[in-house]
Amino acid sequence: MDPLVTHVGYAVAGWLLLVGIYGVVSSRHLVHMCLCLAVLQASTYILLTVIGFRPHLPAPIFTDAITPAQPAVDPVIAALMLTDIVVEATVVALLLAIAVQIHKRTGSVDPNKVNVMRG
Amino acid sequence: MPALPIIIPLLVAALLAALGQWLPRRIMDILALLTSAAVTAICIYLAVISQHGLIVYWFGNWHPMHGFPLGICFAIDPIGAGLAALVGLLVTAAFTFSWAYFESIKSFYHAMMLVFMAAMCGLCLTGDLFNLFVWFELMTAAAVGLCGYKSEESWPLLGALNFAVTNTIAAFISLSGIAILYAYTGSLNMAEVGHTLANHPLDPTFTSLAMLLLCTGFLVKAAAFPFHFWLADAHAVAPTPVCILLSGVMVELGIYAIARLIWDVFSPVLWQQLPAIGDLLVIVGCLTCLVGGIYCYCQRHFKRMLAFSTVSHVGIMFIGLGLLGPKAFAGLTMYVLGHGMVKGALFICAGIFLHRFQSVDEHDLRGRGKSVWPMAILMIIAVWGLAGLPPNGTFMGQSLIDQAAVLANKKWVDWFIIFAEAITAAAVLRLSIRVFLGWGAGLEATAHLAPHIPMGPETKGERARIPMWMWAPAAVLLAVGITIPFWLNPTTSSVYFQSGSAYQAKVLTGSASWPIVSKQFQSHLHWHQLVVAGGALVLALAALLPRKSAMPFRVALAGAIRRTIRPLRQLQSGRIGDYVTWLVCGLAAYSGLLLLMERYL
Repeated sequence: MDPLVTHVGYAVAGWLLLVGIYGVVSSRHLVHMCLCLAVLQASTYILLTVIGFRPHLPAPIFTDAITPAQPAVDPVIAALMLTDIVVEATVVALLLAIAVQIHKRTGSVDPNKVNVMRG
Repeated sequence: MPALPIIIPLLVAALLAALGQWLPRRIMDILALLTSAAVTAICIYLAVISQHGLIVYWFGNWHPMHGFPLGICFAIDPIGAGLAALVGLLVTAAFTFSWAYFESIKSFYHAMMLVFMAAMCGLCLTGDLFNLFVWFELMTAAAVGLCGYKSEESWPLLGALNFAVTNTIAAFISLSGIAILYAYTGSLNMAEVGHTLANHPLDPTFTSLAMLLLCTGFLVKAAAFPFHFWLADAHAVAPTPVCILLSGVMVELGIYAIARLIWDVFSPVLWQQLPAIGDLLVIVGCLTCLVGGIYCYCQRHFKRMLAFSTVSHVGIMFIGLGLLGPKAFAGLTMYVLGHGMVKGALFICAGIFLHRFQSVDEHDLRGRGKSVWPMAILMIIAVWGLAGLPPNGTFMGQSLIDQAAVLANKKWVDWFIIFAEAITAAAVLRLSIRVFLGWGAGLEATAHLAPHIPMGPETKGERARIPMWMWAPAAVLLAVGITIPFWLNPTTSSVYFQSGSAYQAKVLTGSASWPIVSKQFQSHLHWHQLVVAGGALVLALAALLPRKSAMPFRVALAGAIRRTIRPLRQLQSGRIGDYVTWLVCGLAAYSGLLLLMERYL
């Protein structure tokens, strides 16, 4: 059962990565593009979760019942994921702000119409 | 002390962002200048003392327990600290330049520049993989914000958007690589990851692919072909002080990170595959040289021309990286320093044009430079440096890379280096002659296809004169660039940088001996420099000669050039979707190539 969880997890992470990239490539709307980036980010969250996952082990919150001497799920992964979420939230916020500004300046949100910096 | 280059700018940035509304502009300028100057001084000091041994600093005193690192560390060697010093110097130049600039800027400009600087320094000094990713993302976010700073115009916003999307996707792919390595080694410390991989080797194919995934983010940041598209769009439209940093050092940080990963993490485990990895990097470098050079020559927008020249020169740096030996790496180091100075000075010249004439278009500016003729001196010295002619830092770098190519039996790469230097110097020389002497009416064959991007003014008030704090930083940068080879020889630092096992031992156990360097590398004059100088002159003049005589030969030649170049130009489509497609295809192609070369070479 447990290897299955891991394999499905890796597959989902890979799938989200590809779907996210496809979404960005084919996007016709800047906000939609930002959301596709969010999907891409989700793939890294899943990947990290799967790597940190240990079957039947408790979360690394140490109380009287669970001491640091006992095995637990890898806390480093949780820290990585939190940092990752913070970093990516910043980036998406920045991109959405840019999208709003582009809409204000050019009146369009289609990335293929607003961008004409060729050659 | 080792953490100060990060802590000081972040604290001052927070202070300026909080109090900026009440502080007068000049006080913010002075605070920011003092901060960047202090960071430069500290980094130079770190570079000097790290000559005696790697400085390892554990945050929160989390030293390795039983040889296993739990904490996050900075591992500072002369190359990393030297690059951080270059960051500090260029930020100082940018702040000096913006003294008279950007009348309308608010406090966020200073704060963001300082955050940008802190992130770049962090990237140079860190010894932790995830930390590397965080600095990378912080650097991207700050650079994107600065790039789109003039949000009242649409062009900077579009450039910033392309920049942000491509770099963020690449960063995710890098993060996936980090996650895979963590899953196998259980550590994020570069030394520990490398150590574990060396003691319990994985399948080399798998390791190579993990390395390539990890390097994707930095390949995009370093604008290797075909990941370079975002660079021109962003650099052409960013405010001038930001351009100095983007082109002068941020792009090179991508190369630095790749070098750091190859030598300190992967070289002990992948030593058999190293020649194949090097060859791949040389191929990437040659392609980047060619494409960047051709685009550069075709531009009429000065900043965009400089952006593509950066792409072309990054190609030279990739060649230096791919030749692998300490001599090539010393050349690469010198080239990065020399190039940073020259490119910073050239972007400052573009900023002065924009200040004085409100345009950076080659054809708008034709003949108008006569009133500011002293600037021609700056431009010519910069072209001299761009062409890698003695005694510049770029000359010494190129000379060492040439020598390394001979040693590695790859003499042919010289021609790509010569091409890149000649054609980028020719483009800027052509622009200088046109602007200052007024030669060359009419557009040349290629300029019809180049975009004409309108630039809004960046300064207000008097335009009749050029304040000293605009041209002085350019002069200082050029002076430093020319004199580097006389007071700096990167041989020892390069040998240290490339001894990955000593790095790992020092970080993990605290003791290691660096190899003894007996002989310093020296640059040699070579006929290459003559070819570059001659080629640049011919290419520049060919575009400017009067074309009254409609010789059939010339017409045919112009048509042929146009037909050859047009498809290439159409690649640079300005669409994010295309850029991301190129990113994925390029990554797939390079992975395939690397695996094939590892198997059959």
